[in-house]
Amino acid sequence: MGTENIPASLIHFASADKLINLGRANSLWPLTFGIACCAIEMMATGCARFDLARFGAEVFRPSPRQSDVMIVAGTVNKKMAPGIKTLYDQMPEPKWVIALGNCAISGGPFVYEGQYNIIEGADKFLPVDIYIPGCPPRPEALIEGIIELEYKITGWRRWPKVKAE
Amino acid sequence: MSLTLLNVLAAVIIAITFVATNAAYLVWAERKGAGFIQRRPGPTENGPWGLLQPPVDGIKLMTKQLLIPGGVDKIIFVIAPVLAMFPSVVSFVTIPFSDTIVAHNVNIGLLMIFVFGSMSAMALLMGGWSSRNKYSMISSVRAVSQAVAYEIPMLITAITVVMIAGSLDLMEIVHKQSGGFWHWNIWPFQKGLFNILMPVSFLIFFVCSLAETNRAPFDLGEAESELVAGYHTEYSSMGFGLFFMGEYANIVIGACLTTILFLGGWDCPFGLVPGVWWFIVKIYILIFTFIWIRWTFPRTTIYSLLNLSWKVLIPISLFNLLLTAGLLKVF
Repeated sequence: MGTENIPASLIHFASADKLINLGRANSLWPLTFGIACCAIEMMATGCARFDLARFGAEVFRPSPRQSDVMIVAGTVNKKMAPGIKTLYDQMPEPKWVIALGNCAISGGPFVYEGQYNIIEGADKFLPVDIYIPGCPPRPEALIEGIIELEYKITGWRRWPKVKAE
Repeated sequence: MSLTLLNVLAAVIIAITFVATNAAYLVWAERKGAGFIQRRPGPTENGPWGLLQPPVDGIKLMTKQLLIPGGVDKIIFVIAPVLAMFPSVVSFVTIPFSDTIVAHNVNIGLLMIFVFGSMSAMALLMGGWSSRNKYSMISSVRAVSQAVAYEIPMLITAITVVMIAGSLDLMEIVHKQSGGFWHWNIWPFQKGLFNILMPVSFLIFFVCSLAETNRAPFDLGEAESELVAGYHTEYSSMGFGLFFMGEYANIVIGACLTTILFLGGWDCPFGLVPGVWWFIVKIYILIFTFIWIRWTFPRTTIYSLLNLSWKVLIPISLFNLLLTAGLLKVF
């Protein structure tokens, strides 16, 4: 059992993976759909003041077949859940989910005794990757969420984290 | 011109590279242009001025799952995106960029481009029809009715130009316009021809090329607010990518054709060195106008779109044709 000389492979799959991940992380096309008031903040994020386009993520595709990330922006009620699940199932792999706002994280203000119609968190039926708290979250928070998702995909963070003062 | 295998190969590679690069970077230009018009920076973080955005998007689209939904007509579903891209690549074979830069100049070049141009409507129809999706089908029906409606005034206007030049050869059409700014077909007072409607026919041709390429304000085929994503609703990955690139390649074709027919091709406006650079400058000015119009005007409705063609553009272009024929006979 000596040391073996393994010849370098012609195709470096690890670096190919890196390249592919970099590609996927930098063109996250969200699905055009907003459920509640957080969607207004999502729209503001795409507009002039904050501009999601800087990260190549402004291409809101209307068809789930062409989108990469689903932003669950708002309260999910029981009537809405099957539709959202269908949309998620219609998205081709690889796909990610962002839960935007307190309602999508845990039900937010709708969690109380006797509530019968709100699903307490999108992660009850979707594999959520990024949680963005706030009621509703600021557009900066959504941008931070996108950057965090990029970090999750590539393991490389675009901008250094800012410490809370 | 000797057509050795090497020549053909070089022409094919150059044509495909030109189309693909243009299609990819026009998407970037579109996003950047949209940004400037809406007072935001557009893509900036990926590479300098966001210049790495097209390759990044390409990598993502190519590595995404190619999903063929259940119940679709598989063969047609797969062929349609290829057919959307293919005519625009082939059209570049006959487009002359300058006196010497042309892959293969045929003496019916204009006809050939129109033939391939109408093929792209078939691709949209096939894509929408085979998807087994009601939105796709409505969209493809719309796209085809639009393509048919706008092909007529476009062809009639082209015939006007052909009558003035006396040839279908694109080289010949450009040569007829040489001699500076005021000799271009867009201007009404040509030598021996006093057709005051030439600027109008340029406008008709430009509007028709907007509509033929399914661009806003005529992008009824992919009206997001009504039809999800139009005929490519069910396409994921590179299927969608090819439709998208085909659209931008068609824009380049439209700009090239408008330049050749009306703006003097590679002729310099001030009589300075004529050459391919003038052609490039002109087509990119036209392409910028395409982008500018898209982000400035709202979408029309399908009725006003068809009315514009059948009730306004076709009568005017027919009258224009008659007037040109008469004037050519008189002078």
